[in-house]
Amino acid sequence: MSRRLRMWVLLLGLTGVAATLVTAALRLPAFGTATHPYGDRAVREALAHRTANAVAAVNFDQRAFDTLGEESILFAAVLGTVVLLRQARDERQVTPAPARVSAPVRRYALVLLPVTLVTGLYIVAHGQLTPGGGFQGGVVAATALHLLYIAVDYRALERIRPIGLFEVGDAAGEAAYLVTGAAALLAGSAYLANVLPHGTFNTLASGGTVPLLNAAIGMEVACAVVVLLARFLDQAVEIEEEGEEQ
Amino acid sequence: MMDVLPYLVAAWIFLVGCHGLATSRNLIHAVGCLAVCQAATYVLLLAVGYRDDATAPVLADITPGSRPVVDPVVQALALTDVVVGATVTALLLALVIQVAKRHHTLDPDELSELRG
Repeated sequence: MSRRLRMWVLLLGLTGVAATLVTAALRLPAFGTATHPYGDRAVREALAHRTANAVAAVNFDQRAFDTLGEESILFAAVLGTVVLLRQARDERQVTPAPARVSAPVRRYALVLLPVTLVTGLYIVAHGQLTPGGGFQGGVVAATALHLLYIAVDYRALERIRPIGLFEVGDAAGEAAYLVTGAAALLAGSAYLANVLPHGTFNTLASGGTVPLLNAAIGMEVACAVVVLLARFLDQAVEIEEEGEEQ
Repeated sequence: MMDVLPYLVAAWIFLVGCHGLATSRNLIHAVGCLAVCQAATYVLLLAVGYRDDATAPVLADITPGSRPVVDPVVQALALTDVVVGATVTALLLALVIQVAKRHHTLDPDELSELRG
């Protein structure tokens, strides 16, 4: 098919989709209206289970099974990336030369590293109370480690980041979610049901299984992001094609 | 018009992403376009859940029931989608790296022949 013909087919398709979407949008409830039947029910359920953050209640209590699916996509995507980015037979590993880091950058990154790490863990731990949770906090915590790469160099990062351990952590996070779900079966309820005591509203120990699932996700996401970044950094810094000069 | 404008914006972003995907001559650019398509779903979800004069669906700081809150269900959908989308983008970029290494090109039109 020539490029010109292809553009016409594309134009036809896009016009059709655009017409459908506009027709659908015109029939949707107006933007900002007060009728949110699912939202109201979700908030009521979150309050019934004493979870202050209704979004976390939806993710880890009401839709916990869906979140398991999403978490598995994340796990599979990381696994796929690890397989795709491994060192091929015609490639070799080179030791990267350390680069000089200017003093202000070094100071700034080293001061911020512990702060960022604690912030990440805080966001995971308070997922059932305030905005945040395992998904967001995990990313923040994983990013914190990489400040060492900015502040010192690649070898310093590698020393605090045994990649095998983080791969195990990724799998353990996924497993912890499954085990928490199965524990509900042992308690005589449905899979991933919120069987634990719900605790006092607006305290760290509220929400039943929500904080546990939050922590499992936090661990998985943090480890997954570390593994992903490690593989991409390896490609950029260490792995070279045979015969290629640095 | 304001009643449906956010939905139309979402549709527009989606179509722009689709157009970019179809006309892209560079695989990295194509992955970026896919991310644009995905961003359209966030806009749509958050627009569906928006409620006038409402606050975030986090009841730690407000007395429950004292103020209307926006729809937490669509917020939860958008939230998980962001992280999952990021890792899937990483997977696609890893694929692009391998394609570039094996075929020494990033133009999808030049990737028609098979190679062992």
